[in-house]
Amino acid sequence: MAFRTGISRRMMIRSGFGLRSMSSWWGSVEPAAKDPILGVTEAFLADPSPDKVNVGVGAYRDDNGKPVVLECVREAERRIAGKLNMEYLPMGGSVNMVEETLKLAYGENSEFIKDKRIAAVQALSGTGACRLFADFQKRFRPDSQIYIPVPTWANHHNIWRDAQVPQRTFHYYHPETKGLDFASLMDDVKNAPNGSFFLLHACAHNPTGVDPSEEQWKEISYQFKVKGHFAFFDMAYQGFASGDPERDAKSIKIFLEDGHLIGIAQSYAKNMGLYGQRVGCLSLLCEDEKQAVAVKSQLQQIARPMYSNPPVQGALIVSTILGDPELKKLWLKEVKVMADRIIGMRTALRENLEKLGSPLSWEHITNQIGMFCYSGLTPEQVDRMTNEFHIYMTRNGRISMAGITTGNVSYLANAIHEVSKSA
Amino acid sequence: MYSASAIDKATEFCFLLCHETSYNYKYSIRVPVTESNPHHCDPIIPLLLAMTIIPSKMMASTMLSLVSAALPLQENHKGKMNLGSSDCSSFLRKEKRNPFMKTKSFGRINMAIAVNTSRFEGVTMAPPDPILGVSEAFRADNSEMKLNLGVGAYRTEELQPYVLNVVKKAENLMLERGENKEYLPIEGLAAFNKVTAELLFGAGNPVIEQQRVATVQGLSGTGSLRLAAALIERYFPGAKVLISSPTWGNHKNIFNDARVPWSEYRYYDPKTVGLDFDGMISDIKAAPEGSFVLLHGCAHNPTGIDPTPEQWEKIADVIQEKNHIPFFDVAYQGFASGSLDADASSVRLFAARGMELLVAQSYSKNLGLYAERIGAINVVCSSADAAARVKSQLKRIARPMYSNPPIHGARIVANVVGDPALFNEWKEEMELMAGRIKNVRQKLFDSLSAKDKCGKDWSFILKQIGMFSFTGLSKVQSENMTNKWHVYMTKDGRISLAGLSLAKCEYLADAIIDSFHCVS
Repeated sequence: MAFRTGISRRMMIRSGFGLRSMSSWWGSVEPAAKDPILGVTEAFLADPSPDKVNVGVGAYRDDNGKPVVLECVREAERRIAGKLNMEYLPMGGSVNMVEETLKLAYGENSEFIKDKRIAAVQALSGTGACRLFADFQKRFRPDSQIYIPVPTWANHHNIWRDAQVPQRTFHYYHPETKGLDFASLMDDVKNAPNGSFFLLHACAHNPTGVDPSEEQWKEISYQFKVKGHFAFFDMAYQGFASGDPERDAKSIKIFLEDGHLIGIAQSYAKNMGLYGQRVGCLSLLCEDEKQAVAVKSQLQQIARPMYSNPPVQGALIVSTILGDPELKKLWLKEVKVMADRIIGMRTALRENLEKLGSPLSWEHITNQIGMFCYSGLTPEQVDRMTNEFHIYMTRNGRISMAGITTGNVSYLANAIHEVSKSA
Repeated sequence: MYSASAIDKATEFCFLLCHETSYNYKYSIRVPVTESNPHHCDPIIPLLLAMTIIPSKMMASTMLSLVSAALPLQENHKGKMNLGSSDCSSFLRKEKRNPFMKTKSFGRINMAIAVNTSRFEGVTMAPPDPILGVSEAFRADNSEMKLNLGVGAYRTEELQPYVLNVVKKAENLMLERGENKEYLPIEGLAAFNKVTAELLFGAGNPVIEQQRVATVQGLSGTGSLRLAAALIERYFPGAKVLISSPTWGNHKNIFNDARVPWSEYRYYDPKTVGLDFDGMISDIKAAPEGSFVLLHGCAHNPTGIDPTPEQWEKIADVIQEKNHIPFFDVAYQGFASGSLDADASSVRLFAARGMELLVAQSYSKNLGLYAERIGAINVVCSSADAAARVKSQLKRIARPMYSNPPIHGARIVANVVGDPALFNEWKEEMELMAGRIKNVRQKLFDSLSAKDKCGKDWSFILKQIGMFSFTGLSKVQSENMTNKWHVYMTKDGRISLAGLSLAKCEYLADAIIDSFHCVS
């Protein structure tokens, strides 16, 4: 090693440069902090303990703790294998995929789709969809801010920050009830300046699992109308929350019925298990077709210098599945299986904790919905979970229910009980 | 007229206002009205009389969830309230189209507020992309003679897209293995990052052995360039990127959107249809110290004109002299000469001098993986520690852009490059592709020389390398190519030889000669 360094130093000196050139251009580059979510899995993988449990990242696992590739996906892959065309997709992505995706969010027979009022582009999963929107918001509403719920998926803050859109927060989670702080939420909505931009989780709020009820959504929608606010929905779990995609899109339906011109980020990472394929969609409901065409063209302008056009494989899988009635039926069945297993684990975890005689209330585990549970554990308690019990989760106390199995639920319950019983 | 119960405290009305904008689309919205409210609605009463009535029990059921607050009608609508105008009556006719009114099934007092104007009212139509828009125009053309020499995507002699055999084999392997679809790490597939750096620098290269290269999988060339641009913006605020004149159109967009200032260095000399070497050196010298110099590793896009090895040495000299940072865009490794190593020689020359540099790679062309979006950004640093830190910051840029990159293309590359048999097969296929392009260049040159009575020197076609040829045709002449001859190309005079067959060379020669000599 030293020998090689010696050689390159000499080469540089020969070429007329002193040791000055050895100092890097990158001297001011600090090591970045580890991503709080993805860093958990890294730590988990590095742990040699046989008892370790990963309830960190939100990727579905079956009851054996194994990643799952849906049958409908495997079948779709078989059908598209040997495809003779790897040509660039248009900048807006696969038209087929986008059409099918809009039906999921806006309704199978949506007038908005028929009237071509939706500007929609294929995006790099939910992250990419949110980022396209944030950049679009910055470009066309440069004076606007984004209101983000507290808490939210950590990457939301990164996205709007890198898009240079200033952020405000609004109340969402009520730590005492481990439910929705509806009164404060409504206050924040009312007190925000008219015409503010709000980020809403359509269903299965990440990280809390706490969703507004249907009645509450209607009130939120009404108040948004009064204030002229813009609603941007991040819908990463359609189908995954209740097992029924139509039901999971209810909040969006309410807003559409009330006449809002909304934006939606959709992702197939969880509900189709296409995590690594990065498939999603950004849509903006416009006043008319002409505006939708203009908006779409501008979204493409943002995509072009970011990645030119989106990846094809995932899009082909999605459109193959959703375009075939049999495969679509299979998908709906498989999504329900995943959702049901999660709901089953919620019940099991709660029952285990209650059986252990925990003095605390664990109702919230079954009240909350979707992949995540906001346990209420403090960062210090989380650290104990990791250090003493080899249980990996994010320090905000978020548990990914997908990582719980019949095999580890009692171990997990025991650990939670141990760290929290003296609280 | 309508029952008292229809106007009780919890009554729900929908209000229709005609909004005077150019967008005449109206929607319905149900808003609650309290007893104190109706005075706001007085102007609407006459309109109410024209409407049908909601049965009272229907109203009760729809009222449950609504907060009864007075609706401040005046504040919330930018448009005028234009009741009783012809707009309104035309709306009433349109009303049946409204998706959520369901007026067919039951009568209701039905007034819908035209929602406040879209937030994005001011959004104008973006111009079509100058490169990708060409293919769109080509597809719309019905002529039998049409020829697509626009986007740089390889075609066979039959002008069909080409999926490499090694890619098909790799995909079959992957299908058989039944791999999962879990998230990649933010920096991408480790196996891919390893082979891509080795392919670029050579497996035993000191920069790799000393772990001085920060490699992050990116979304093909574009995505990798964008990560680098964001890194430059963050850590070298104010530093400029020097780009060749001309260069790939999207380079400017990338630096613009990343908010990195850029300026051009002379590159193409129209007089010689070759490299303006003195201009290039001069402009690089004149730039402020510590600028980034964007260089095309091989097969310059759009001109096809590459520096000679001697010229590369001189370019490296002046870059070192001015303390600039070289930034290579390598989109055609293997595709230019047919040899992966030969096409990487410019990058390796700079690395051998111990310079720190950036390199964006793409597998779109050389592995035909266009739509899979697979590439990488490599940052060669003077120490392993710096490389680790740089890599962590690249990840921080990627996370709020797309979280982690797509798996499919990365696995294909890792499988092809990582398997000796497939790797060799790939090299053979690449030689075939590059060979076909060389043959087409020869045939085009022969056709032009034979047909052109004016004795113009067309040898630049043979001297240029890679997928593209810069014909020297002006914008107007390029338009003539399209309008008269149905030959689709970019307006800068660039033709993609990858889209040309031997069979079409004579036709193309006719078109070029005509456009060149008869159009000005």
